[in-house]
Amino acid sequence: MARTIVPFGPQHPVLPEPIHLTLTVEDEIVTEAVPALGYVHRGLESLADIRDHVQMIQVVERVCGICSALHAMCYTQGLEQMMGVEIPRRAEYLRTIWAELHRMHSHLLWLGLYADAFGFESLFMQFWRIRERVMDINEATAGNRVIISVNVIGGVRRDIDAEQCKWILSELDDIEKQIRELQSTMLNDYTVKKRTVGVGVITKEQAIDLGAAGPVLRASGVAQDMRSLGYAAYDDMGFEPIVETDGDCYARGVVRFRETLQAIDILRKAIAGLPEGEINVKVRGRPKGEVVSRVEQPRGECFYYIKGDGTKNLDRLRIRTPTFANVPPLTAMLPGMELADVPVIILSIDPCISCTER
Amino acid sequence: MTPTIVKNFFGKRATRMYPVTKREGFDHARGELFVDMKECNLCSLCARACPAQCITVDRTTGKWECDPFSCVYCGVCVDVCSRNCLKQHPEYRSPATEKFLMHEQGEVKKKPKKEAGDSAQPTSSQ
Repeated sequence: MARTIVPFGPQHPVLPEPIHLTLTVEDEIVTEAVPALGYVHRGLESLADIRDHVQMIQVVERVCGICSALHAMCYTQGLEQMMGVEIPRRAEYLRTIWAELHRMHSHLLWLGLYADAFGFESLFMQFWRIRERVMDINEATAGNRVIISVNVIGGVRRDIDAEQCKWILSELDDIEKQIRELQSTMLNDYTVKKRTVGVGVITKEQAIDLGAAGPVLRASGVAQDMRSLGYAAYDDMGFEPIVETDGDCYARGVVRFRETLQAIDILRKAIAGLPEGEINVKVRGRPKGEVVSRVEQPRGECFYYIKGDGTKNLDRLRIRTPTFANVPPLTAMLPGMELADVPVIILSIDPCISCTER
Repeated sequence: MTPTIVKNFFGKRATRMYPVTKREGFDHARGELFVDMKECNLCSLCARACPAQCITVDRTTGKWECDPFSCVYCGVCVDVCSRNCLKQHPEYRSPATEKFLMHEQGEVKKKPKKEAGDSAQPTSSQ
């Protein structure tokens, strides 16, 4: 059979965001995949020349629509380190709470999209219904549903009172019950397994060599999670990275599903241990020096390089997002797979193209 | 899955008929922005802090303008306002078919004129 080139994307029903893949196909089997990016580049990094370092918080939040609080957290954490600011413990706990709420709604969004990718439409609707409740918690506590804008240099802008904590805990109980109802379908269903087990395998060695990040790396058996660094209040959370060893689409689904439940546990711990005190400190001065800041986003490690020269505008801001790291492993997963499995494999890395291109 | 499906048949709906029935906003949700011009002293702090640069304040004419379609609802202007005259209502702004600007007219408070002798003195001494 002659080789055929199949263009995949940038507009494709399975893709939430535009990425193009040139697939070389022989007998419906993919032999080569070449990605092309650049459809949603917005130049957010160079906005640092125009907006000052405080306004940049709102800009970096818009790098990604799903993990916005974590981008802002990574950025403010870096600036605090650079300016030598010690933030109150309560603020660190609050940041952890919002970070885990973001992880939950991001994973629930992904679980829904993933179910949709292998054609399980009703499961998609169930996950998104649960996600709506997580976003309600965001709105009630922080003010907005997704881009919550709570992080400032020196702490957080909003507080969570005891009554709200109680309400969040009761909501979490209900959310956990609903997620557990879907557990057997997501993890044990015959059709789901048929589409995902053994599909898009990436071995531990390949994952390390190609620099995979986040759940893609952990599904291949590498226990790497930036939360182990103990930033914010994660040092108090007694946290263990979730690891699977198969490295296929199913394993990646299991990692994310278990991380959603783990996020509920971390939230309960964080709310139970929420210390009293101030939520922010006043920060004076302008950033000078250079710093590297890392946090674990739902998709993996997010890396910020910030360089300040003592003026109100930053000298350089460099953002490396997890999807960027997961594109090379994606090109290694696709060869040898059937064309019909390509949508599932692409979705399994949880592509966030807006993040990647900034 | 079957119990979930049965529950969905007989349970409450998860969606609502949006424009007809609206969910009430949470107490501290960041919705539409309003300004109370009686309190405003046109200090322009909001315009300088806004990351979307959607607010313009003209201190000479007393005009306060906001482009609600550029606004990102971050609430930074509300935080920095020195007179607490900016507020965000918990309800979202309703959709519109045409873009518009929010115009507000404030009172221009003229600075009390300095006496002629005060300003003239330093220059005359040189």
